[in-house]
Amino acid sequence: MGKATPRLDGPAKVSGRAKYTSDVAPAGTLYGAILRSKWPAARVRSINVDKARTAPGIRAAIAVPGEFTVHFYGQELAAVAGVTRQAALDALSLIEVDASPLPFVVNELDAIQPDAPRVVPERPNLLPAETEKAGDVDAAFASAAAVVEDVFATQVEIHNPLEPQGDVVAPEGDEFTAWCSTQGIFDSRNDVANILGVPQNKVRVICEHMGGGFGSKIESWGNRGLCAWLAKTAGAPVKLILTRFEQALSVGNRPSSFQKIKLGADASGKLTAFEMTLFGTGGPVVDPSDPGGGVIFVPAPYIYPAPNTRVRKSKLAVNAGRGTWMRAPGHPPASVGMEGILDELAVKLGMDPVEIRVRNDPHEIRRREYQIGAEKFGWKDKYRQPGASPGPVKSGVGCAGSGWMSGGEGTQAEVQVNPDGTVEVRCGTQDLGTGSRTVVAVVAAEMLGLDAAQITVRVGDTRLPPSGLSGGSATTASVGPAIYDACEKTLAELKKLSGIDDPRGAHWREACGKIGPNPLVVPGRWREGLSTGGAGGVQFAEVEVDTDTGFVKVRRMLCVQDCGAVVNKLTCESQLNGGIIMGLGYALYEQRVMDPQTGVVLNPNFETYKLPGAADVPEIELLLLDMPERGIIGVGEPATVPTAAAIANAVANAIGVRMTSLPITPDKVLAALGKLPAGAGTGAKDSVLQQAFARVAQAPATPATPFFTGRRGRAYA
Amino acid sequence: MKRSGSKSDSPGRSQRTAAGGVTRRGFLKGLGTTALTAAVVSARGVAEELERANAETPQGPGAVPVTLNINGEKKTFALEPRVTLLEALRTHAGLTGAKEACDRATCGACTVLLDNIPVYACSLLAIEAQGAEITTIEGLAKTGELTALQQAFVDKDGLQCGYCSPGFVLTLTALLRRNPHPTEAEVRQACTGNLCRCGSYPRILAAALKTAGLKTTSNTSVLRWSDHALA
Repeated sequence: MGKATPRLDGPAKVSGRAKYTSDVAPAGTLYGAILRSKWPAARVRSINVDKARTAPGIRAAIAVPGEFTVHFYGQELAAVAGVTRQAALDALSLIEVDASPLPFVVNELDAIQPDAPRVVPERPNLLPAETEKAGDVDAAFASAAAVVEDVFATQVEIHNPLEPQGDVVAPEGDEFTAWCSTQGIFDSRNDVANILGVPQNKVRVICEHMGGGFGSKIESWGNRGLCAWLAKTAGAPVKLILTRFEQALSVGNRPSSFQKIKLGADASGKLTAFEMTLFGTGGPVVDPSDPGGGVIFVPAPYIYPAPNTRVRKSKLAVNAGRGTWMRAPGHPPASVGMEGILDELAVKLGMDPVEIRVRNDPHEIRRREYQIGAEKFGWKDKYRQPGASPGPVKSGVGCAGSGWMSGGEGTQAEVQVNPDGTVEVRCGTQDLGTGSRTVVAVVAAEMLGLDAAQITVRVGDTRLPPSGLSGGSATTASVGPAIYDACEKTLAELKKLSGIDDPRGAHWREACGKIGPNPLVVPGRWREGLSTGGAGGVQFAEVEVDTDTGFVKVRRMLCVQDCGAVVNKLTCESQLNGGIIMGLGYALYEQRVMDPQTGVVLNPNFETYKLPGAADVPEIELLLLDMPERGIIGVGEPATVPTAAAIANAVANAIGVRMTSLPITPDKVLAALGKLPAGAGTGAKDSVLQQAFARVAQAPATPATPFFTGRRGRAYA
Repeated sequence: MKRSGSKSDSPGRSQRTAAGGVTRRGFLKGLGTTALTAAVVSARGVAEELERANAETPQGPGAVPVTLNINGEKKTFALEPRVTLLEALRTHAGLTGAKEACDRATCGACTVLLDNIPVYACSLLAIEAQGAEITTIEGLAKTGELTALQQAFVDKDGLQCGYCSPGFVLTLTALLRRNPHPTEAEVRQACTGNLCRCGSYPRILAAALKTAGLKTTSNTSVLRWSDHALA
């Protein structure tokens, strides 16, 4: 453990042999396609698929039954399956939809107006405000040595895993095999069984390789149900893979946030009061209890507590695709707001930003990380007063921290030892690209005294012992302890059967030779004490801002991450790199843009939805804080949390003006520098924002919903 | 040569037929730009040219025989002319290494080599790829032994989910064939037509530089808490 082990499926992936869901094609596979709403809001009376059903090459045509309301452009209406993709696409144009368009609203600052079209007719677009209070905020602000106040806005971000959402569902008698691109094979199995109305033991889900999810493949979206129904209707395998365009419409996104924050501190920089009013959209919020990707799960105050707090957070409905969990839900927006306002406080008090963080951070590990990071980064030499950088291209530095619950939970696994000494480890988890397959081998190899390459790992099949969905950075911490447990019990059994006291390593073959003709199969399960939560991390950013073009270039990122027990150094590093690079996209490039006139997503593809590319990647330095005594924790999400905040702080430090709206695009930078005419730039007008916050303040109050109520929720720090 | 530019730099690639003649599409595309620059061809003239071009023996809309030279083997398929090279490879030739991720020439997951030049297979019709030597990811390690670049991808962890990997490997294979000793800037430049959502770029660069014989230094250190705990 802790060494750099190349991922087991690396050779298959770099040679094109790895089969992803989209690569699977059982004999006679039909190709599915979905008809989606061209209206952002409409009442659909009926859908007629008769002409499509009898079109050349079409084997099944189905429609959403009955009358229903369309809440966003791209909502699923009907689907067909045909012998070729071309036949299916042609048949979509033969489907007749009887519908009346309705008024719609797609942007937050329009939807919050009292006279805006209602997304759900029965209620206002702004939902009741979840309210939390502690202490006496007003008194604390009145006696504070310094008070700062600002408004921050974060955008809707689209997951855009490179592999689109999709499934292949094949009926065989009364059973179904479904190849799903999913972050949870057992959840998907239950969903498919439920949709088809068949018992769960009649559905098998396979996900051998997965092309990324980032949260978007936790839920089963409409396309999975349509694919399963097409397969059942046609009595043949159906492959339904979404296009990149569809990927932007109806399979989730990271919700937006608008945050008005007021922060007070005493003269030493110790926080005394925090107030936040927040709203954001997670889509149409048809069901008021829909978390919409955690619009209101923005921890406040984020990681730096204050004794007196008042927080109001509201979900806002718009006619656009639903929000869902995305890499560290709630935390990147929370970090952008809190770390930004904290820097403003530091400037006001004349304090060093690192110093004010260390003073206010209760997390011992993170405090130390700030100190280690500042030293390695050269913070003392690089930090200057905001805007002090000379010349037209200004450089600046910033920092920010993260906290994530991580931790693991119930997973089962089994180890099969064959008489010839070969080993197969089986666990029904899935490998999203995070390296969980390799983690299984690394832990088993360590326990059994073998090389990881000697162990065959089976994952991604509901016929294997169950594991939970991959979310919350919980996979390694869930799977690792189960493998440990199974291996420990295997060794005990083997010792008993072979009479060899320590059957590991050098004695392995000899011991296995004594188990008889049948393999030894030993189950194990997750247990307490081998994994932990409460992962802290910090990042430092150095940027250059061209004040003539408004272009921001990130030069360097430094990350100090609490990794618990590092299982595989190589894949751990890759996750940190990936989190930072995704955070860079959130800071500077990515944003779903809705057209208020037509209600469509204007940038549903990669030429207009800009992802970070190779040329955008800065020098990245990783410091892994290896603490085996803490047990296993996950790092996939924590690494993406503080990146955007650190970059935004560095931009403010460079130009002396704070960019409070993400992404920090050149037009916003130029507008902030007064280099564009008034009203130019894509940032929202202050008066409109203040009106919006006033509406949240007036919204009816309701108690806060807990984010997670389970054990892992308690582990959050 | 810039990867994404390789298509615009050599527009003849998709416009030439196997026999070296000019296709209708290529002709009209050329006509459009010529017409704009020369400003002599009237709209009516363009319409007449279109009509004439359409009078050439049309292909489709039904399936036509299409012969592709894939990884050194010639195979003939019955394909509608609107079938892309990517779909021909994935669905008809059973070669699923090239992935469809954007279907509009922006992400590079579908990259294949056409006469050693990386192209987006999603944005080229199969009938246009006739006569060229097509190399897919499956054609690189035919004997099962990885190429040096592929092995470097594995060793340096130049991948996470792996969906972009076949595209990156082929793009960089082409780079290293025409420039065995690129600088880091040249590697980055070559990769501008490929996207990796997992953010494996630092390791992809390291894999390419390792293959080129350049030393790469690790930017990672492992710290022990016991050495760094607060006093």
